[in-house]
Amino acid sequence: MSAYLRLAGVNKTFGSFTALGHIDLEVEKGEFVTFLGPSGSGKTTTLMVIAGFEQATKGEITVADQSLAHLAPQERNIGIVFQNYALFPHKTAAENVYFPLQMRKVGKKEGMKKAEEMLELVGLAGFAHRLPKELSGGQQQRVALARALVFEPDLLLLDEPLGALDKNLREQMQIEIKRIQKRLGVTTIFVTHDQTEAMSMSDRIVVFSNGAIEQAAAPLDIYHRPATRFVADFIGESNLLEATITDAASGKAQSPVLGEVTCGAEGMPPLTDGQAVTLLIRPEHLKLSREPKEGRQNAQMVIETIVNYGDNAVVIGHAGDQQIRVRVPGADVVILKEGDSCHFSWTADAVFVLDK
Amino acid sequence: MGLSLSALAERKTLWPWLLLLPLTIYLALFFLVPLIEVGIMSVTEPRPGLGNYEKVLTGSLYRKVFINTFGTALLVTFCCLLVGYPLAYLMSTVSKRAAMGILLLITMSFWTSFLVRTYAWMVLLGNNGPVIWLMTQLGIAEPPPLLFTRFSSTLAMVHILAPYMIMNIYTVMQKIDPSLIRSAESMGAYGKSLFRHVYLPLTAPGIANGSVLVFVICLGFYVTPVLLGSPREQMAAGLIGNQIEQFLAFGLGSAMSIILLVVTLVILGIYHRRFGLDKLYG
Repeated sequence: MSAYLRLAGVNKTFGSFTALGHIDLEVEKGEFVTFLGPSGSGKTTTLMVIAGFEQATKGEITVADQSLAHLAPQERNIGIVFQNYALFPHKTAAENVYFPLQMRKVGKKEGMKKAEEMLELVGLAGFAHRLPKELSGGQQQRVALARALVFEPDLLLLDEPLGALDKNLREQMQIEIKRIQKRLGVTTIFVTHDQTEAMSMSDRIVVFSNGAIEQAAAPLDIYHRPATRFVADFIGESNLLEATITDAASGKAQSPVLGEVTCGAEGMPPLTDGQAVTLLIRPEHLKLSREPKEGRQNAQMVIETIVNYGDNAVVIGHAGDQQIRVRVPGADVVILKEGDSCHFSWTADAVFVLDK
Repeated sequence: MGLSLSALAERKTLWPWLLLLPLTIYLALFFLVPLIEVGIMSVTEPRPGLGNYEKVLTGSLYRKVFINTFGTALLVTFCCLLVGYPLAYLMSTVSKRAAMGILLLITMSFWTSFLVRTYAWMVLLGNNGPVIWLMTQLGIAEPPPLLFTRFSSTLAMVHILAPYMIMNIYTVMQKIDPSLIRSAESMGAYGKSLFRHVYLPLTAPGIANGSVLVFVICLGFYVTPVLLGSPREQMAAGLIGNQIEQFLAFGLGSAMSIILLVVTLVILGIYHRRFGLDKLYG
């Protein structure tokens, strides 16, 4: 079998509270998988169950077909980077990185040499003898990463490791982590609630909600072909509209807001006539114009707010009761005014259909 | 809206300092003035010069008492640590409520008067007390004397001073980030090495705080060693009391007091340079 890490029917309850319903997941060797979801969705609990700090109530976890069930956290050979880095304040950077080797009875001379090589790999050559408090947040982050990797773990778990860093440093560390992970080829699970982080770093994203997996797929699949309404709503910006399928064969649907719509995005679920569905149109697939555009499907809205981001802007308007979000290039926004009535248009391949 | 204290401070008015005045006057009048007088007495009584200091620093009796004082203080500190560390650890691992319960038990003995606790030990350890009775019941024909020994005074001082140690260590243990322990475990650290490489160093500041506090208090301990200890193993404070009350040797007693004070200040000074004195109380 090819799956390296396998979670089969993992369930975790605390008293009457179900933290994890029934988690099935397979991760390939060397894969970078992100657990994404709002807080309390079960992503961190899943991570802690894999690490062995929480016991699964039911289900099994295997790494390379070996069950982890009876292994203490110490025996699992898993590297973890905690949210607050959890560096030992009384040890220098090199001593921190040496620690897991020390626990594995690697001699001081050899271990410290390895630790310093690892620090070099994460870009901290020359900082080996500093205490954590003498390092910046980003540097502490790198030490924590080096420490989690130095003993060649079977798995690397990262629990929202970039949460405390400012935006620029965050982006820099995203690239760094990805680079190091690729170089070492370590199977990695990264927990975050930040979707852009998930999008930019992952081979695969697992979206969690209410203790269950909503979808596990490549970032672009998650974005363009969400499996559920929750995923469509949680990932990126979206326009979600109620509709009924009128002609499944030609992809026709009737929407109270948009009128008759032709749906033609790739990878849609099978449809039946009369089925109640949700239509997903991403804001960047809509265009605004004074007059209806030919060759596209059109509807009307009244502009309510314009949110400027410089290079682009989001125009929020109303079509009936439905809020519509349109992303336009920054230059286009100067001719638009709040309160204006205008047309928005789309093409069939921009309309994705969700089951409910 | 009332003015906040910081706003008052910014206005640089004098009157916040006025609030400090009563305490300042009190301390100056009843602490600083007598202390200076003790200093003066140590070099003037019975005649001017450093004779008193010479006597204390070279006399074998005085040296013995000072060595005994330091030895006892070290022993008491060590025993407090031995008793206090596991108890503080227990408190930091049980539920908040249970920890409060233990804390209440510890502080309850703290609230009881010093003298009452000391006399309680006299009753417990005396020749007609329950401990000796139990020993004879267990078949020990001639139980060793317990009261008026180094054992009884050390035991009572540990009892009295242990709460300082426990609370200092507990405060530090409570603040240890659990993810540090988890992270150590994930890297393969088990009980003994986890304790030695992670937990003990993390709690070291608490040990240092508690030890300095206990040691310093112990150096100047008067009532308990005088009432419970062996007359042959006097401690410095007891000897000072003797000099003044029985021999009316004010100069000699003063010189000993000043030496004790200087030694205490030196210890606190070393501690301050290493850890910062402000940590002792917070």
